[in-house]
Amino acid sequence: MIELVVTSINELESLRGQIQAEMDPDMTRITVCGGTGCHALGCTEVASAFEESLKSGGLADKVDLVITGCHGFCERGPIVIIYPQGIFYQKVTPDDVDEIIYTTVENSGIVERLQYKDPVTNEVKVHEEDIPFYHKQKRLILGNNTSIDPANIKDYIAVGGYSALAKVLGSKPGAVIDEVKKSGLRGRGGGGFPTGLKWESTRNASGDIKYVICNADEGDPGAYMDRSILEGNPHSVLEGMIIGAYAIGANEGYIYVRNEYPLAVANITTAIWQARENGLLGDNIMGSGFGFDVKVNRGGGAFVCGESTALMASLEGKPGEPRAKYIHTSDKGLWDRPSNLNNVETWANIPLIINNGADWYSAIGTESSKGTKVFSLVGKINNTGLVEVPMGMTLREIIFDIGGGIPGGKAFKAVQTGGPSGGCIPESLIDLPVDYDRLTEVGSMMGSGGMIVMDEDTCMVDVARYFINFLMEESCGKCVPCREGLLRMGEILTDITEGRGQMEDLDLIQDLSEVLRDASLCGLGQTAPNPVMSTLKYFRDEYEAHIKDHKCPAGVCSELITYSIDAGNCTGCGLCLKKCPTEAITGETKQPHVLDAGKCIKCGICYDVCKFDAVIKE
Amino acid sequence: MTIMLNGAEVQADPHWSLLEVIQFYGIDIPTLCHDEGLTPYGVCRLCVVEIGSGDKTKLVASCMHPVWEGLEVRTHSNRVIKTRKTILELLIARCPSSKKLQDMAALIELKYVRFEPLNYDCILCGLCVRMCEEQMGARAIGFAGRGPKRYITTPFDMNSEECRKCGACMYICPVVELRCQGPQADTVLCSGCINTEPVCAPDYGDAMCFMVPCLSCVKGPEDVK
Repeated sequence: MIELVVTSINELESLRGQIQAEMDPDMTRITVCGGTGCHALGCTEVASAFEESLKSGGLADKVDLVITGCHGFCERGPIVIIYPQGIFYQKVTPDDVDEIIYTTVENSGIVERLQYKDPVTNEVKVHEEDIPFYHKQKRLILGNNTSIDPANIKDYIAVGGYSALAKVLGSKPGAVIDEVKKSGLRGRGGGGFPTGLKWESTRNASGDIKYVICNADEGDPGAYMDRSILEGNPHSVLEGMIIGAYAIGANEGYIYVRNEYPLAVANITTAIWQARENGLLGDNIMGSGFGFDVKVNRGGGAFVCGESTALMASLEGKPGEPRAKYIHTSDKGLWDRPSNLNNVETWANIPLIINNGADWYSAIGTESSKGTKVFSLVGKINNTGLVEVPMGMTLREIIFDIGGGIPGGKAFKAVQTGGPSGGCIPESLIDLPVDYDRLTEVGSMMGSGGMIVMDEDTCMVDVARYFINFLMEESCGKCVPCREGLLRMGEILTDITEGRGQMEDLDLIQDLSEVLRDASLCGLGQTAPNPVMSTLKYFRDEYEAHIKDHKCPAGVCSELITYSIDAGNCTGCGLCLKKCPTEAITGETKQPHVLDAGKCIKCGICYDVCKFDAVIKE
Repeated sequence: MTIMLNGAEVQADPHWSLLEVIQFYGIDIPTLCHDEGLTPYGVCRLCVVEIGSGDKTKLVASCMHPVWEGLEVRTHSNRVIKTRKTILELLIARCPSSKKLQDMAALIELKYVRFEPLNYDCILCGLCVRMCEEQMGARAIGFAGRGPKRYITTPFDMNSEECRKCGACMYICPVVELRCQGPQADTVLCSGCINTEPVCAPDYGDAMCFMVPCLSCVKGPEDVK
């Protein structure tokens, strides 16, 4: 272990040299993905099986075993990659471990049954980058997740870590801000405000004490971009924050991270300690005279605390409620002092910009949105996972080329971007290039990068109802439009999905949506109508079918569907009769069965189990 | 400094909030959570006004909004009035028997409520919480819960030793009054207090005629240039 306090920029380079010299590039390194998805699929057991097996085989000294951050391809987890060859194994279980060690580690062979096979061409892919899921991505932020140990600063330094900080400490703060401004980086947390401008106004704000804050309160259902960055590469965020603090003139920083992310909390806390021990954080960073330190604050799980002023109130120890932002937080933020808040992904972009230059960065992406964006691709999609693509890639490329399309040959219906308060984008707009402004134009938003794919079996009214109810429960309740308006919108949408809707209700939710957007206190209320407004715009026929015909075209809203048995198709196999929990189905064996609608609770089990398409849902 | 208030150039003190300027010039806009002795809170959203010009206009809560040179403000544009009415409609649906809200509805000509009435008494304006903390120095009450489950209470819903039973919370509460006797069985609005018909004052053009609550002179489709 190298124990060295970096006291000058040159010392960082010599430290890096030492670390790189210590590392044997030919040494076998087994990396087990330790991301959220792989954890759920049992990667911890896989990792302990490797450890046991290496120990009992006497290989513990010869092979490096690392649990890394999220690789992104969560659908195929747990993922194991064997370096230096870079052999990619998917869906690894503890039982496969001995075979991997025998075949790949000891005899340089390949365990074919664990390899990725392209579902279309049936071609076997050996390396990660050959897999279509990764092929079209540009993994600038997530790239290092697959190889470095997030709990070891040496790994980060070995791949060039903290060189951006060293570069910055030798230049003027104004020049750093200019570089970030020139890069065109915009906030990755949802608003899309130009990062450089935000830094500049915080720098120019009057006050001796200023703060930089990292927003890691990622509360969108199904989103885990920030989580994976903090878990997999915490030093990149920390380095970005130190650079930001230097540029702004702040000496204190906070990372506000959800307590529901225990691994992220642990890894960023470890990263902070290691950076401090190595002289990269604290007083006199790298001997430059600049001092900066970071504290980790764990959030209590309120969605609204992802809003900047609510987050700052929570940091102050007050209830997490937003306040009016007519005076910006860059002037009066945390404890009424100038504060610069950026999201995890924004901070992680900073070292890249400094290292490679603003011109390199601004060459990626579109006219108004630069760089890459991480999305969590979830819902009805074959390749569930985290993807990082250059701005401007079309939804079609993300969903079909990277995401592998919709499972079960179903038709694509809509994609919701930007978390619960994003809009649903219909199939007609699937060739839309993804950038901040284009998404806003069609009634959705970038948000922090959630992407929920929906297929033909999704009822859009039900989707709107779900998100409005989510937002209603997560609203802090401070201002009237958000508290009362979301409650009423939820009531109206529930009425529609349960067959009590009136056509006037559509005008009423339209009115309410406009009031929420115009008059709510914070971003939560202002963007909350998006799921309703976008579905009303693109899927109005579905609302009308619910109201006028009392039918749910997708067959989701249980109050509006009925089940019956088609005597022609029914073979009398008795499976539905056996499975029905309320004994609503009767009939003799090998005779057509009958379903009693009075007893039916519309659970849909009969529909799911019938192999002869004899159960009709309408 | 000079700002444009409903089309008229007026002088404003830079330390004033937008609401203070509006009230100084005698324009009556409804507020429920504002009291000049307490910190502005900006939650009832009834004091919304429209600022900016051209395509770039937006609604802001005037009680929290600062003034700056050249700021363009419309206190009664169509967008403002529609928003204010819907907000009051939501509040009345929550607390239909508040006389204060019923009076206010009459003043802004709110004529129907499209939501099922609930029967709360408290509108959650937070005046009592701020009064207790800022003027009485007690901090005996606060908000609990979130979203529609938000309510005002003492810590842990227990009798609080901090409370001196001074009654300031009741003094400041805008809705602690005799219940309005108006609402009939088939509607939650009584409208009994509507006693003014809008009076147009075309002679005044864009300028204020001070005939509260009319302001039809600034309601036109293009609002104020």
